Amino acid sequence: MGEETRDIILSNIRRDILVDTLAKGSRFDGRAFDQYRPVKVRKGVLDTAEGSALAEVGQTRVLAAVKFDVVKPFSDRPTEGVFVTNAELLPLASPTFEPGPPDENCIELARVVDRTIRSTECVNVKEFYLEPEKVLGLYVDLYVLNHSGNYTDASTLAATAALMNAKIPKYEDGKLIRGEYSGPLNLRGGLPVTCHMIKVGNYWLVDPSRDEELVAETVLSIGNTDTHVCTLQKGKGSLSKDELLSNIDIAFKRGNDLRYILQKD
Amino acid sequence: MSSSISDVQLIVDGKRLDGRTENELRPIRMEVGVIPEADGSAFIEWGGNKIICGVYGPRECVPKHDASPYHAVVKCRYMMSPFASLDEHSKSGPSRRSVELSKVIREVFENLIKTEAFPNTQIDIFIDVLQAEGGTRTASITVAALALANAGIPMKDMVSSVAVGKGGNVLLVDLGKAEDNFGQSDMPLAISNRDKSIMLLQMDGLLTKEEIVQILEMATGACDVLHEKQSAALLKFYEEGEQDDLNL
Repeated sequence: MGEETRDIILSNIRRDILVDTLAKGSRFDGRAFDQYRPVKVRKGVLDTAEGSALAEVGQTRVLAAVKFDVVKPFSDRPTEGVFVTNAELLPLASPTFEPGPPDENCIELARVVDRTIRSTECVNVKEFYLEPEKVLGLYVDLYVLNHSGNYTDASTLAATAALMNAKIPKYEDGKLIRGEYSGPLNLRGGLPVTCHMIKVGNYWLVDPSRDEELVAETVLSIGNTDTHVCTLQKGKGSLSKDELLSNIDIAFKRGNDLRYILQKD
Repeated sequence: MSSSISDVQLIVDGKRLDGRTENELRPIRMEVGVIPEADGSAFIEWGGNKIICGVYGPRECVPKHDASPYHAVVKCRYMMSPFASLDEHSKSGPSRRSVELSKVIREVFENLIKTEAFPNTQIDIFIDVLQAEGGTRTASITVAALALANAGIPMKDMVSSVAVGKGGNVLLVDLGKAEDNFGQSDMPLAISNRDKSIMLLQMDGLLTKEEIVQILEMATGACDVLHEKQSAALLKFYEEGEQDDLNL
């Protein structure tokens, strides 16, 4: 039996069992449909990065690190700093991640987290101007350390927490003085988070586990602040307008829970 | 999104920079059957966008381990040419952006193509942006739907696609390049023709839920207009046959 044949048969069985369970009103792990696994955020877990955080959503763990560098600005925005997000689905984090150049899932993750943060303008890149041809570049690196489902939300949480934790290095004589800081990176406005959800059968599940993700028919991420939607990204599948609008309501509610955790920890 | 929203005035005297109203699409021209060697093909000129799409398949799946005994594998390659913008010659080859767009475009058509009818095969959708002026992913989906229909690949529904968004505090249909770069939000959508399902959904910038409700209606109206244009282009091809030359 080919690998895919086996995967399909297994996932069909898994899907049928999951839909039966959902029809009885609960998930494999007993959660409500709109309930997250336990979420924990720890800020400042690294000494070498200017900001860092480890986010855990259930057993899914993502490390985010913030580094600053002096870079050349983009020619069409000569007085603005540069904000870059990169993600790594480390091969050690899941049997399904492979070494090699970033695949489409990895690139999508980095770009969704990037847009979620960028859209809110919580990082004011206009404060990153240093002198002509020199601005601060802010790099957010996301390392997925264990993937038990929903690395999207864990990544956004880690990225936002690392930014909350970040300090700006001192700048003297055209160079950054590493280990000395001119002050904290001040974030503006509501904190950005994402709320990742999937559809299985007729049910929408928030914060899908790995087992649930494997049988998802539709995949949707909704980035939000306390007042606005700041990213939408549909992966596989399709949905109706009504489904989108009711999912936006759920994303705001769960987003507020996540923001509470970000501020508390 | 841009952090220089205030730098560029997008609405002047109630009109957009190119004179359009909020709900107005840019001029659009579609041609079907523009690549004689392909199984299906189409070209779209949408404002300043010029995009060509060729479809091959169902054909043998390469590499073989990609094949599925249950359905055809859909593959999509969206590429921006290095000469597609007024700026400098850009790097050719896949970028992070084009990898993401290839993925979300493929995910539109995986919903629509009756892949289960062609096990062990692949269907290739090749999209090349020859000239870009904002909204290339949505124009690509609109033209790829034509190329797939032209290839005779069975689909459950047709799809049309448009980017809606907000610029100068006004909700807008079919964002142009400046509106894309300097607007407050951008929401590319693809909507299937018959059941009005959302097939592509992305958004960045800031929108309230109330704005999203309104903008979905605007997008649906625009997709209805696009669908009529798509049908007319297909009808023209099957009435008049292949054009003698490629009219870029």
